[in-house]
Amino acid sequence: MDPRPEIIARRLAKIKTIIAVAGGKGGVGKSTVATILALILREQFHRVGLLDLDFYGPSAHVILWIPGGAQPREEKGIIPPEVHGLQFMSLVYYSGGRPSPLRGPDVSNAFIELLAITRWDDLDFLIVDMPPGLGDTTLDAIRWLTKARFLVVSTPSRVSLETVKKLLALLTELGAPIIGIIENMRRDGDPLSQDHLGAFKVPLLGGLPFDPELERSLGNPGQLMGTALAQALNRIVLEAKIE
Amino acid sequence: MHEWALAEAVVAAAVKAAKREHLDTITAIHVKLGELQQIEHEILEFALKEILAQEEPLLRSARIEFQLEKASFKCRNCQKEWTFDDADLSPEEAESIHFIPEIAHVYMRCIACSSPDFEVIHGRGIWLVSLQGVRSDGPKT
Repeated sequence: MDPRPEIIARRLAKIKTIIAVAGGKGGVGKSTVATILALILREQFHRVGLLDLDFYGPSAHVILWIPGGAQPREEKGIIPPEVHGLQFMSLVYYSGGRPSPLRGPDVSNAFIELLAITRWDDLDFLIVDMPPGLGDTTLDAIRWLTKARFLVVSTPSRVSLETVKKLLALLTELGAPIIGIIENMRRDGDPLSQDHLGAFKVPLLGGLPFDPELERSLGNPGQLMGTALAQALNRIVLEAKIE
Repeated sequence: MHEWALAEAVVAAAVKAAKREHLDTITAIHVKLGELQQIEHEILEFALKEILAQEEPLLRSARIEFQLEKASFKCRNCQKEWTFDDADLSPEEAESIHFIPEIAHVYMRCIACSSPDFEVIHGRGIWLVSLQGVRSDGPKT
């Protein structure tokens, strides 16, 4: 019997709200939305954790920037370090930024291990940066992060919307709660996602503009919070009452 | 010591299994430790005893038995098999694998063809092998 899953619920017990930021497709801005969402909630004086579950292409640490020497502390498990006010956990602490060529069962094992040994503080929010795809990590998140609600990120591209439809269908079929859809990289004249996704009865929370300045702000949380994207996301958080 | 977190998992799993089997008392816990995770079994045993003494009357007098399992690997590319003794790891790399054994795929390569696409055949990590206990209608293993 694998004992590790039996402790996961207890590890997450002190977290009030878990939000899994997912999108199905790569490149739609899940990590950016997840990281800036965590920073916005932190600015609202919430206690916030950020967990990067994209083992193949972790990027929250690039968006956030981790100061040298920030490492999990070993104390009856591992305690994620505080980075820019967030308790931040990622596989990169152990992979050192090198490739993690993991097959499916390895992904699930790493997922369970990480959840079983990570000791989060009392948190108001844990924001989970999900990988693309509907594979192991998505299924594991639905199975083990039982408190998680999904925030779905799409772009106006039909390519992204087709994948989001599949993600919404899967989440709905498995009974996973969905907070709503955020439309990222919107430009004037783009068709509304609601036209494509209306059948799912999931709220379209709002759009985030395509922001050419975003790239220059990566790794600088102060600048990130000043971007048009962060300001639009802040409005969505306030209006949608994400809590 | 991160072994404490694993000890808590073992206790939680043992309690769940004992309740499922309607055991009144658990007399022995048999735990397998995979070599790849490099768990210090003395530290794990200390943590288990501390947790049992503090928290779980059901297991308080349980004997803890450890079985160490050698780690072995098989390359999916060339079918070569090797053991953890063959791995050439720095202390930092070995420590990262200690926390998350799948990190082996980051730092280890097939000793014949250098592929990272290998399977951990044996000895990955911790496993609750069996419990021995007593229930009101007689002994139960």
